[in-house]
Amino acid sequence: MTVAQRCSVGLLLWIWLSNALAATADHTQFDALQGSFTSAQEVTQACLSCHTEAAQQVMATRHWTWEYENPHDGEQLGKKTMLNTFCIADRSNEGFCQSCHVGYGWEDQQFDFTNEANVDCLACHNSGDYVKGWAGYPVEGTNLTTVAQAVGETTRASCGSCHFYGGGGDGVKHGDLDSSLVDPHRGLDVHMASDGLNFKCSTCHQSDDHNIAGSRIQGTAVDNQEAMLRGHHDENRNAATCQSCHGQSPHETGADAQRLNDHTRTLACQTCHIPAFARGGVPTKMEWDWSTAGQLDENGEPFEITDDNGHIIYMSKKGDFVLEENVVPEYVWWNGDTSFVTADDTINPNERVMVNTYHGEPGADDARIWPVKRSLGRQPYDTVHNTLLQPQIAIPGNDTSFWYNFDWDKALQAGTEYAEQPFSGEYDFVDTAMLWPITHMVAPSEDALDCASCHRDQGRLESIEGVWMPGRDRHVLLDRFGFGVAGLMLVGVFGHGAMRFFNRNRQKGH
Amino acid sequence: MSQRLYLFTRFERFWHWSQAGLIICLLFTGFAIRGSHSLLDFHAAVRMHEIAAWLLVTLWVFAIFWHLTTGQWKHYIPTLDRIMAMIRYYAYGIFTGEAHPYRVTLERKHNPLQRLAYLGVKLAINPLVWVSGMLYLFWGSVRALMPAWLSLEQVAGLHALGAFMMLSFLIIHVYLATVGHTPMAHIKAMITGWDDGHDSHIPDQPLREDHQP
Repeated sequence: MTVAQRCSVGLLLWIWLSNALAATADHTQFDALQGSFTSAQEVTQACLSCHTEAAQQVMATRHWTWEYENPHDGEQLGKKTMLNTFCIADRSNEGFCQSCHVGYGWEDQQFDFTNEANVDCLACHNSGDYVKGWAGYPVEGTNLTTVAQAVGETTRASCGSCHFYGGGGDGVKHGDLDSSLVDPHRGLDVHMASDGLNFKCSTCHQSDDHNIAGSRIQGTAVDNQEAMLRGHHDENRNAATCQSCHGQSPHETGADAQRLNDHTRTLACQTCHIPAFARGGVPTKMEWDWSTAGQLDENGEPFEITDDNGHIIYMSKKGDFVLEENVVPEYVWWNGDTSFVTADDTINPNERVMVNTYHGEPGADDARIWPVKRSLGRQPYDTVHNTLLQPQIAIPGNDTSFWYNFDWDKALQAGTEYAEQPFSGEYDFVDTAMLWPITHMVAPSEDALDCASCHRDQGRLESIEGVWMPGRDRHVLLDRFGFGVAGLMLVGVFGHGAMRFFNRNRQKGH
Repeated sequence: MSQRLYLFTRFERFWHWSQAGLIICLLFTGFAIRGSHSLLDFHAAVRMHEIAAWLLVTLWVFAIFWHLTTGQWKHYIPTLDRIMAMIRYYAYGIFTGEAHPYRVTLERKHNPLQRLAYLGVKLAINPLVWVSGMLYLFWGSVRALMPAWLSLEQVAGLHALGAFMMLSFLIIHVYLATVGHTPMAHIKAMITGWDDGHDSHIPDQPLREDHQP
């Protein structure tokens, strides 16, 4: 055995031991998990034979319902009905999209949300070798007994198996969430670094009754409170904020501590501490143009184009993409409230449609300056009703899905009909945009932004209003006046000095 | 007639030159913070500006104590006496070789124009700079106590106004330092403390012998 092999065996042994020793229950010994399972639902029933309340808990969460009511305006949101600039819409595509649902069998509106056996415990509590496919069922060939015996706490990989792949691929949607976070180095994420603090997702996104803290739809943009003890239960507080651990005055050492703490009244922590996103080597999708989708090669077959790095930038199925790594965020005032354009809302097709809007008054006490990813889209809309349309994209084997027929008319007809959305039959493509909060990939403090990133002309916060920023802001008239007066003084003293110089003989002659 | 005077004590000279250095440093770093020039990184400028400011505050505490305990504050009592003569001298007489209308004594180190200018610095520019500067520095802590009409933008504006006034003062002051009987005469006096007394030939401004060092 080489040294490297010995090291890896040692490491594996250590990981196995630490996992085995960390728990007081060894699931491989449980009677309920010995039997051969004929369906995934049987695994769930085995889990529930001990964890009696788990299914009901899960069924009360957004992970199950994909529904969310915006508390600010009652807007009905959630993945089930929301539109975005990536895959556009879930409805009529459930069988494909619901591979990321914590359940088994959601392929159309007939899905039974009340059947406990439909809850997929393994989606989150697996420790590898578990891949979900059609309608959330495990892919063919999954050994359910092995997977069931290997259950455990959630990991970065288990959460990431869905959350890293939103938008149809690794890192596509969020920009601050991709597979590089499975095994991140310290520079990529100071908390999750596998050679450092090794946080799991759930270290911050703590849950109570399977209800997991944190939401992008209704964000906690301001958490102006002291740190709270882990384990402390406070229903009114989001445990996933930076402040829930670091408090509101986190800078303790150095000559600038007080000054930096003063910044927390204006800035989200993320603004300085996430200097760029998509830093782990996985590019994120910044633009997605559906209008070019559907081109076929000379044989009538769909094709792909890749860039120099091997990343796909055109797909007949999806259209054109712009991918970027190490992206500098945009910055917006945000009070946590976000509203969304839904399929019911009328749009103005003459300008870029903001599919979501971040609310927050510049300079207000209840808002902070947040880093965001702005992703641009171009997607179908109804030219008569002026609404964003929901195509059927991804259901294999039927005559209407875009990916299998490359026919927008059919795809839009089928998708809107399924979603009960009025469709005139007339459509075109409209420019859209969407914001995503940037909150992961927190860099070590030494990589945080320096002052001059913002405190200068054309800095990162160039267009941010509501705050006076030395280095960026100055009183133009006052400066003109002040330097003007100083200039006049200079001219005056030089003139006076010159006259003294030319009259020096008269002085001496006195 | 030439009379050497020990015009500036060691503390005065120390005070003057440290203050000069700190004010120039504050102007340079301050305008870097404001973005008027980019010869200095913003963070470095802020650090230097703050350190220089606290040093100047400290120096000021000592200087105020010194002025009060030695009675030297009396040199800044304003007077209009012979002020027109001073203005006429700088505007005309200085070119024709007229005698300086004012004679420096230990009791009256500064001519009437100097008195007014320095008093202006001490009563207008300095308080403006310090009050606005402290508000600026501690804005994060004091903003809640401030009236609603006072924003950081206005504090910054007042601070910059003070800086411009100080800059103008500095330009005039440095220039007038060269108008002695030789260009270096006043500057030398400020360095060594000794004034060569070339301006002291005005008969109606008698010397007070009892104040010789």
